[in-house]
Amino acid sequence: MRTIGVRGQTLAGWMFVAPALSLIGLFFFVPVTAGLVLSITDFDIYAIASPATARFVGLGNFAAVLNDPVFWIALRNTMFFVLVGGPLTVAISLAAAVLVNSKLARAPAFFRSLYFVPVVTTLVAMAVVWRYLYHPRYGLLNHVIGLVGLGPIDWLGDPHLAMPAIVILSVWKKFGYNMLILLAGLRTIPDELYEAARLEGAGWWASFRHVTLPNLAPTFLFVSVMTMIEQFQLFAEPYVMTQGGPLKSTTSIVLLMYEEGFRWWRMGHAAAIAFVLFAIMLVATMVQLRLQKEQAT
Amino acid sequence: MRRRLPAIVVNTLLVIGALATATPLLWMISASFMPAGQSNELPPRLLPSPPTVEHYVTLFTRLDLARNLANSLMIATGSTLICVLLCSMAGYAFARLEFKGRDRVFRALVLGMLIPAQVGMLPLFLMLKAMGLVNTVLGVVIPMMAPIFGIFMVRQHALAIPGALLDAARMDGASEWRIFLKIVVPLLRPIMATLAIFIFLSSWNDFLWPLIVLSDDARYTLPVALANLSGEHVQDTELMMAGAVLTVMPVLIVFLVLQRHYVRGLLQGGVKG
Repeated sequence: MRTIGVRGQTLAGWMFVAPALSLIGLFFFVPVTAGLVLSITDFDIYAIASPATARFVGLGNFAAVLNDPVFWIALRNTMFFVLVGGPLTVAISLAAAVLVNSKLARAPAFFRSLYFVPVVTTLVAMAVVWRYLYHPRYGLLNHVIGLVGLGPIDWLGDPHLAMPAIVILSVWKKFGYNMLILLAGLRTIPDELYEAARLEGAGWWASFRHVTLPNLAPTFLFVSVMTMIEQFQLFAEPYVMTQGGPLKSTTSIVLLMYEEGFRWWRMGHAAAIAFVLFAIMLVATMVQLRLQKEQAT
Repeated sequence: MRRRLPAIVVNTLLVIGALATATPLLWMISASFMPAGQSNELPPRLLPSPPTVEHYVTLFTRLDLARNLANSLMIATGSTLICVLLCSMAGYAFARLEFKGRDRVFRALVLGMLIPAQVGMLPLFLMLKAMGLVNTVLGVVIPMMAPIFGIFMVRQHALAIPGALLDAARMDGASEWRIFLKIVVPLLRPIMATLAIFIFLSSWNDFLWPLIVLSDDARYTLPVALANLSGEHVQDTELMMAGAVLTVMPVLIVFLVLQRHYVRGLLQGGVKG
């Protein structure tokens, strides 16, 4: 049966993939490759007018990026967002998934939908809203923590707190997505396993550790890796809420790339930043896959 | 009594989570109807008194955001239609048509998913500039037209289409294009719906790329226009909240109406991806 129309299929197959492939090739793979070339030139605002003025500078841009103290600040800020914001997002997503999945929960479908709402909202709009929630004097958040005798806190004005404030917004915005994926994972764990654990006298915590977590491992790995990749691309929150300040405490790598590339038009330099980010993300992804595989075995 | 306590704990935590999730959104809506300055009173007001729509009027008159609303609608709808068509064709072909080089090409695409979009953005901008597409709708839509994950998502579902069904149609002399339209598309409809909602939402919410490509107020999408205005109008809290509501409302409605298709597709596509 496999031979039926194989010749027709070869032609048809290529016809079916051709439109998508040519767009991806032309507008993704070509620019990515061109980015590598761009990163070894001194392409700047003059070169935009006449590209012939750009010259090859070898690895000069990469050296300049690595010698730029602002890059290291941006890297530190981004790593904070990845290493604190990422696990926090996943932990809260897991807690939400377990609660919504609990047999004791009333109206789980309602909570599931509600928790998912921030995911579909527009990040820029939410960053605008949260900027007012964080207002040191009139913000709702300071009012709430004032009720228990804390604060007031200058969330976005304090260099030590601006990044944690962005983490809180980001957790609020995206925990619902991971919750949904983790819920799907939780539903695949057979009830009998919990039943068996209960018969052996396992309490809630023991069955969570020995039944839920091991069975959830593949989903958990997927969610952690996807979250981490997303965390590395932090941009809109600092752009809207803090413009990278105060004292560059919220400048992320992508924000730095945007400013170098599209505000100062130092495109060669910005392209080098993009590739350094890509390299860091690749290494981080491989490390995480390796770590979690070792843990699983 | 021993069984009551856990139920109370679980439901209390769920309610706390619900309050934390809903409060920013409810406050945004409430503040958008407050007279100017009312959201900066102490202690904070939760409800507008009296409610007013003046800020919404300002958005559409003085700030002329109707243009940006139209841009956003055009860009999100355009990306969605093109993407669903192209990704369905390619996803089906990669799953169910036999052609030379298919698996190698597909593997290259999957590897490409590892590359973050930012890496190509600078050269893409220069390319579009050379093609005269900077500051146009098409320039914004182009990178959205055939996202690799969309092809991937459709392919995973198209793998389940029985080959015998397709072969039977071929024996009857149906062309591949006819088979696609008459047999494949109806079978793929659920995943196409999910993909459509997903693309509509992400295209509507997208910020970095439209910010790069669009350079004048009249052409901005709503998120870009809002970010731009929020710099100038920092003091006008209520006006900005109305702007945020306007930006979020269309996607919220799409989500609430089509929730079932979207959530189901995410659950299937997400875990396998």
